[in-house]
Amino acid sequence: MAKRNGMSQETVTLNNRAGELARDEAPSELLRELVAHLRQNRTQLREEWVARISEARLLTAMTKEEIFAEATSVYDSYVEALETETFEALQAYARNLSERIIPRGVETHEVLGIVLLLRDVLARSLFAKYQTDFKKLNRILDAYEPAANRIQSTVAVGFVQERERVIRQQQEAIRELSTPVLQVRERLLILPIIGVIDPQRSRQLTEQLLRGIRTNRAKVVVIDITGVAAMDATVANHLVQTVEASRLLGANVIVTGLSPEIAQTLVTIGIDLGKMNTVGDLQGGIEQAERLLGYKVVALAEPS
Amino acid sequence: MEVPILKQGEVLIATFQAALSDADLNQLRSGLVQQVVRFRSRGVIVDVTAMDVLDSFASRTLREITHMIRLRGAETVIVGIQPEVAFAMVQLGLTLEGVATALDLEEGLAYLNQKFKKTN
Repeated sequence: MAKRNGMSQETVTLNNRAGELARDEAPSELLRELVAHLRQNRTQLREEWVARISEARLLTAMTKEEIFAEATSVYDSYVEALETETFEALQAYARNLSERIIPRGVETHEVLGIVLLLRDVLARSLFAKYQTDFKKLNRILDAYEPAANRIQSTVAVGFVQERERVIRQQQEAIRELSTPVLQVRERLLILPIIGVIDPQRSRQLTEQLLRGIRTNRAKVVVIDITGVAAMDATVANHLVQTVEASRLLGANVIVTGLSPEIAQTLVTIGIDLGKMNTVGDLQGGIEQAERLLGYKVVALAEPS
Repeated sequence: MEVPILKQGEVLIATFQAALSDADLNQLRSGLVQQVVRFRSRGVIVDVTAMDVLDSFASRTLREITHMIRLRGAETVIVGIQPEVAFAMVQLGLTLEGVATALDLEEGLAYLNQKFKKTN
């Protein structure tokens, strides 16, 4: 809200300056004249704009027809925002547009680029129209520039916010998927880890594992890190701490699937391997866990 | 607050009630070490479920208790360490090495019974 006030104050001072230059026309009248001009030349200006967009090789992810359709709506919302000096509709449109085009790989610089182009096209048409009356051109620009600036920032902020929302959503989804603690047998848990482990994820992993040990009354836990390509010293230390904390809860931890790189890391940072029970692959880990729990798996018949 | 020591068959059970002072811990140590021989106990369970923090002195005392009781001919198991406490201890480097741990009282008893069976 404060930002909006600041903006309109800026508009007011600029408009005051325009008023000092010419007391015969109020800024709102100038703006009305400007809007009428833009409405009149809608087809031509829009076409010029689209031509400039394809010239600048922006929005390459979209077809020509799509660009034209979007350009029409952007143009109309742009003029409407200039006319009414309210930006809610434009904001909503920008958000809606971003929602549609972000999944298609449209970049921030492209969105900023097309709005800047439109601004440029419109300013040029104003120059052409008022080239004989320099004072009036100045006043028109005084009315036009602040509004155009606000439109620009509204669209840019809308786009970036939408992008950030998508990123946050994906982060959450990944986080929820990332640490399943699964019970495979009475008192035996499996924790398969896939992907990159950062400090935050490893902390969350430990928390979930320790809680899982308590709720499932686990005696043995198999942590499978086949899907982890590499880990740094901090995360490796954290893994060792997790193993030790699990032991304090009375659970044995077997770590399986260490890649050569991770093995190297563990050796380099000098981890006491006596505390860590490691087995080559997940199958071996489960077999050892079953032995610890006193299970014996027997085939009842030959597989058919 | 003094920690009560209960006798249950061949096992002594000491349950931490709340935050303990260092003096209480020392008293518990000497109490357990004396009674384990007096009652001819074969196992000791120290239940720390109620503790939401175990500092370095408490950890050291638990280790000392374990080793002293082993010298007196019995086994000790620490039960009921909370997940948050466990991780905090590990981060402080208090890993209770050489000390048996179990999830809760039931698990601790099962652990001791298994040990007794092996030595019988």
